[in-house]
Amino acid sequence: MAEYLIIIFGSIFINNFIVSRFLGICPFLGVSKQVETATGMGLAVTFVMGLASGLTYWVQKLLILLNLEFLQTITFILVIAVLVQFVEMVMKKSSPVLYRALGIYLPLITTNCAVLGVTLININEGYTFLQSVLSGIGGALGFTLLIILFAGIRERMSLAPIPRSMQGFPIALITAGLISIAFLGFTGFNLNALFNF
Amino acid sequence: MEAGSLQIVINSIAILAFLGVVFGSGLAVASRKLKVESDPRIDEVEALLPGANCGGCGYPGCRGLAEAIVSGAAPVTACPVTKDYSSIAEVMGVEATSAAERMIAKVRCAGGKKEAQQRFIYLGVEDCSAAQNLGGGAKACAYGCLGLGNCAKVCPFEAITMSDNGLPIVDEEKCTGCGLCVKACPRHLITLWPVDKSVTVLCMNQDKGVEVRKVCKVGCIGCRICEKQCPTQAITVENNLARIDPQLCTECGICVTKCPMKTIKGEKKQEREVV
Repeated sequence: MAEYLIIIFGSIFINNFIVSRFLGICPFLGVSKQVETATGMGLAVTFVMGLASGLTYWVQKLLILLNLEFLQTITFILVIAVLVQFVEMVMKKSSPVLYRALGIYLPLITTNCAVLGVTLININEGYTFLQSVLSGIGGALGFTLLIILFAGIRERMSLAPIPRSMQGFPIALITAGLISIAFLGFTGFNLNALFNF
Repeated sequence: MEAGSLQIVINSIAILAFLGVVFGSGLAVASRKLKVESDPRIDEVEALLPGANCGGCGYPGCRGLAEAIVSGAAPVTACPVTKDYSSIAEVMGVEATSAAERMIAKVRCAGGKKEAQQRFIYLGVEDCSAAQNLGGGAKACAYGCLGLGNCAKVCPFEAITMSDNGLPIVDEEKCTGCGLCVKACPRHLITLWPVDKSVTVLCMNQDKGVEVRKVCKVGCIGCRICEKQCPTQAITVENNLARIDPQLCTECGICVTKCPMKTIKGEKKQEREVV
């Protein structure tokens, strides 16, 4: 049990995709103007990352069976592209408003390197199936947490009297950097001591 | 080429083709199952709507209204902006009933920088709501326009500009009566007013006349002269403030000439017709 908690906690706070691994920055900056769309983006990414982690585990097993590990990247991209298409269809059917709000960023999950990143990291870490899925969901929750926090700050910044030369992207990048430094505080947490009571 | 490496090439092609076919057929099934049936008329109606997504009709954007019109939940004249009802009616195969009277936004304050007193110099964010939250704004009149242009910023049709006197000017041609500025004004100074009735009381101050005179040169003091002079009883004074009923007003212009504070403004209908 403790190891699963360590994986989830670690991938949300310590090895956070955005502030520590610097993956998935494009949607992080692109869809973080409103908390509502940021939440939608986060949930869509969570769904895709969780499924992709589980599915690529079995695809990797298949590749090992045929001695074709070098096809890892291209097959994983295929898996992710299919999943994103699927999420898009489900969303169009179930939540048209969210579908329109996410717009171009929904198909862009395909090129969200955090998704490909988590699947490759899972393989490198030698995770089991359950561990892979948890690492995928944990990483995506970390992404969601960050993008919502950031969107909240940006909503407030849109009303703040920011010097003209800093408006828009400059101040957003500085803010992202400060959040990243804040999250550095989580490194060095002794997770074993925390969860092994 | 060695036999082993040839095997790898064949295996690679086979596995990619296999995964491609599996995923492709999976998606094909999913797209069949999750297909969203949409009426082609929705797109046609949406194309005829202005596309500003102002929300003046009460639906979420023009697409939302188009869906409502096609499903019959909204009449073909539901859009307050467009004037092209007959085309929408044609798409829907119904007769267009006469459109509602065209309404435009009217800012009910005439006290700009010249006329109204300021309590302090406001140097904060250029936003009426922010100013309103900071001790009720700089203007001495608690009802008047703060002049920071929230209405101009929110207008999707660029119909509102701020004058040098710090008051919003509504362009009657561009204004579509969508009502976004009505919601944006923290002091609720903007009302929708029939476009062919120009005589309005340009004040919302409900204080007693003495108090009004202290803060503004053009505020309504509730003297009731207009109420007594109006031949059609279109004007009533309640809470020290005159109100005109646009339905009863004939734009005779008597109140405009009699108002001691020059708060009531507007042109006589005949004069406008000559021009």
